[in-house]
Amino acid sequence: MADVNVKGVLVGPIFQNNPIALQILGICSALAVTTSMSVSLVMALAVIFVTAFSNLFVSLIRNHIPSAIRIIVQMTIIASLVIVVDQILKAYAYEMSKQLSVFVGLIITNCIVMGRAEGFAMSNTPGMSFLDGIGNGLGYGFVLLVVGFFRELLGAGSIFGFTVLPTVQDGGWYISNGLLLLPPSAFFIIGLMIWVLRSLNPEQVEENEFKMKENTKPKEAV
Amino acid sequence: MAQGNNSIKKILIVAFSLCIICSVIVSTAAVALRPAQQLNQELDRKTNILNVAKLYEPGMDVEEVFAEQITGRVVELETGDYTDQFDADEYDGFEAARDPATGRTLSGDRDIAGLTRVENYATVYLVGDPEDPEQIVLPIRGQGLWGRMRGFLAVEGDGNTIVSITYFEHSETPGLGGEVNNPRWQAQWEGKEIYDEEGDLTPAIHLSKSASGEYEVDALSGATLTSNGVTNMLQFWLSEEGFGPYLAKFRSGTEPEDADDTDTDFNDVEGA
Repeated sequence: MADVNVKGVLVGPIFQNNPIALQILGICSALAVTTSMSVSLVMALAVIFVTAFSNLFVSLIRNHIPSAIRIIVQMTIIASLVIVVDQILKAYAYEMSKQLSVFVGLIITNCIVMGRAEGFAMSNTPGMSFLDGIGNGLGYGFVLLVVGFFRELLGAGSIFGFTVLPTVQDGGWYISNGLLLLPPSAFFIIGLMIWVLRSLNPEQVEENEFKMKENTKPKEAV
Repeated sequence: MAQGNNSIKKILIVAFSLCIICSVIVSTAAVALRPAQQLNQELDRKTNILNVAKLYEPGMDVEEVFAEQITGRVVELETGDYTDQFDADEYDGFEAARDPATGRTLSGDRDIAGLTRVENYATVYLVGDPEDPEQIVLPIRGQGLWGRMRGFLAVEGDGNTIVSITYFEHSETPGLGGEVNNPRWQAQWEGKEIYDEEGDLTPAIHLSKSASGEYEVDALSGATLTSNGVTNMLQFWLSEEGFGPYLAKFRSGTEPEDADDTDTDFNDVEGA
């Protein structure tokens, strides 16, 4: 990430340097909140808000943060923003905040927010840091929405709560796949997404850290 | 990051000013948004009441249906009679429990639900005709595994048959104790009976690992302590400490009366 330009920091994290797909960060909330599109969308907006503003504020005071307490300073800023988001959701999107429950609070521990504050905002200008926060939030939100799309469509037969595939329970023809409403399915979908993204961008493929040995032949084992 | 940043003075200044700024922002947000949040909680409470009474349908106008179908009344727990000393819309039994004038402290062995203090008056919600309600929605609360659980229990007009139960505030483990709000588990409560044939005020209803009969409901698997909490709070709130005397009036067929012939001092009560 040597070159810092507007397009790079804003669009880069969506496909080229996606925080979930390439850096494998923030997986836990991606598993938890992607059962439906609308919940994924609200969560994505919350994370975009928090990463953007935590990056902005950390960057603004980056020259005054003593390195000895920098992590706790970042945490304080992030935690304050998360509480504000939580309060806003409780005030204006109560149902949604009940569905998201603890996962809004857990944005505090989302590695993406922390990682961008420490890795980017501490060494870049406020404007760029803000955009970087938005970019990474978008990257996170993109994955969330894709995962949410497949999980809601195949698991509940609807998109944003609107029925697309009428399920058998409601008198339709579609037999919903209950597995997709459970967290493990998000692993499969994220895994497939990473496969697709890395096939499109072969430079993302990591080098093998070690080489697998061939399986032991039965003859040798005896 | 200049070296000067790491002096103790600088560290303290940054830490203190950051804490003050952040706490101001957080408390401003909390205070400014409180009215809107309370409105939501109020709506949520009404939704829960409609839900437990099986009147709720998604997309309905909660306020309107609530105003139409539900009447709130404040009950004196000891006698089981209504009182007009408090306005049912305003009265909050949960707050009243803390006030020495309207609550009392429970001694150890009587405090089976882990409440410490309980109110003397509680709000009940009557579904349908207030004179002869189809259902009575009772607020219940008690200690679960991780913390206090608050919910509603809907009982049919006979004062004995359960309609449904729901919890609107709990911190039980999702997937285990949190299953108290699983519709499938809630559905088991329908038709269960609170009191046995003996006719006393001791509730017979409880959770059991192998539920059978009309006084038993399946315990939540993997959540023994939550299940115990649910049993205890039902045992408490339906006993003579709680709504026992009130429900007894429905069971015996005499509607709860005004409180003027009993040992209360309030003059401004009206007939129920």
